[in-house]
Amino acid sequence: MSSDFLPRLTMEATVPADEVTPPPSAPLIETKHLELFYGQHRALKGIDLAILEKRVTALIGPSGCGKSTYLRCFNRMNDLIDGCRVVGECRIGGEDIYDPKVDVIELRKRVGMVFQKSNPFPKSIFENIAYGLRLHGQKTKPEIEAVVEKSLRDAALWDEVKDRLNQSALGLSGGQQQRLCIARAIAIRPEIILMDEPASALDPLATTKIEELILGLKRDFTIVIVTHNMQQATRISDFTAFFYLGELIEYDLTSRIFTNPAKKQTEDYVTGRFG
Amino acid sequence: MNRRFAGQRRDVVSLLGTGLTLGATLICLGILAVILGYLLWLGAPQVSWRFLTAGAESDMFDVNKAGIFPMLIGTVARVFLMTLFVIPIGVTTAVYLTEYAANNSLLTRFIRGAVNNLAGVPSIVFGLFGVGFFINFIGGQLDEWSASPAPHWGKPALLWASLTLAVMTLPVVIVATEESLKAIPPGLREASLALGATKLQTLCQIVVPHALPGILTGGILAISRAAGEVAPILFTGAAYYLRDTPKSLSDQFMDLAYHVFVLSTQSPNIEATRPLLFGTVVVLLLLTFSLNWVAIIVRARMRRANRVGN
Repeated sequence: MSSDFLPRLTMEATVPADEVTPPPSAPLIETKHLELFYGQHRALKGIDLAILEKRVTALIGPSGCGKSTYLRCFNRMNDLIDGCRVVGECRIGGEDIYDPKVDVIELRKRVGMVFQKSNPFPKSIFENIAYGLRLHGQKTKPEIEAVVEKSLRDAALWDEVKDRLNQSALGLSGGQQQRLCIARAIAIRPEIILMDEPASALDPLATTKIEELILGLKRDFTIVIVTHNMQQATRISDFTAFFYLGELIEYDLTSRIFTNPAKKQTEDYVTGRFG
Repeated sequence: MNRRFAGQRRDVVSLLGTGLTLGATLICLGILAVILGYLLWLGAPQVSWRFLTAGAESDMFDVNKAGIFPMLIGTVARVFLMTLFVIPIGVTTAVYLTEYAANNSLLTRFIRGAVNNLAGVPSIVFGLFGVGFFINFIGGQLDEWSASPAPHWGKPALLWASLTLAVMTLPVVIVATEESLKAIPPGLREASLALGATKLQTLCQIVVPHALPGILTGGILAISRAAGEVAPILFTGAAYYLRDTPKSLSDQFMDLAYHVFVLSTQSPNIEATRPLLFGTVVVLLLLTFSLNWVAIIVRARMRRANRVGN
């Protein structure tokens, strides 16, 4: 692993003081000169980045900088867009996920996603989570019930919904719906959870809950989160990547990005001078 | 100068606008009221339990004895059969067009154009098509195959009439289904796909269930249009007079709408059989309305199930 994809730091420094899990050995997600085209438009201009296991990595940058597009490369959601083309390398656990032999279904099982707008299915709370489990072959009721409960507990939603699991998920508040979407994503035990501005449509209280949840989840999952909210990035992420106009400007420890960035552009953005 | 914001001219124009649009609406309502009132006034007294349940065994022009039971059965049967054919084919086509076909490819545009043209074809042409294709071609082939001495399938039949109606109402179902598929929030599809569902699983378990109310709207429209149509079944299955209700798909049938035509043109004494005519019309209307009504209630139920709590 050449060090230029890693943030400039020693491995000791990657482990924050309150960290209990052992330090990761290798990056879990790694892109080398990743380019993405929408038709003729080059939306990502050669991104080199390595994302570490069981850490929260925040992608920040002004609107249209390509951070969401980059995030969606990891579970190949960009495949759904007509005329979208990816060039370069994107490896997860060492495996090139754009290899023609890769099964996208298996990939998405390993790389879950939470979207900006909460999107629970118009089904019951229970069924929302059971859906993914059934897709991946869990059939027996007790098995599913157990996972549904565990996922809802992990998503800090269980106490609020345990008495109405069979009611429609659309009756929940916005924040609850988003936590349900997180529960739905973690129920199938992915390794990585991608979050595309998961709290941008929520009130401050609901946002706080989601943030606490993310901090708890990083014990078990690798989280990559796109956010517009820079305070949020400082609160929850270990590493931050700053994107601008389809390019990765800087990638480092979050504390360093926000206090002592190496690039002028980064400093201007995090101090609110532009963007 | 004490200029005021006088807008009298604009007030008049505004009033005129309100008046014109309201007037047009009232005219529509008025026409509907007159038609319904007139028909009910003349037809309702004729509608009785006996009228609904009696056959036409003795004399179908006898005001006191003739009933419309066989026609009622015939119409319900052909509409029901048509729905069985048109919904699966129409929905599958719409799913192909919205979900699988490359958007705006030549083929997709060609299919869309064909569907729209299909909607513009006069219904009598569908009737002729039914004779040519279903009865002569398919029916004829079936008869040849089974080597039956007398034409069994190669003649007007309930099956062929229903299929002809299904072909006629296909565009309605396709367009309605397409609209409702397009109206599904993209987030739902993404959520399902991101969980590792295949396209087909997403379609069957998320997309189509969510589109059901819209699909049902297409079904309602198809039923309303088909129930009152005479031209497509005229040559393909409807009979002037039969002793019995249809017993199999290859039987001909009597039909309410066609019976209205018979009563108003073929009666030996139009004046005397007029109550029969209006009674039949009222029953035909009630049947169409109630079919619609049932479908609307089912749709409302589904909508509620789709968005509880909001």
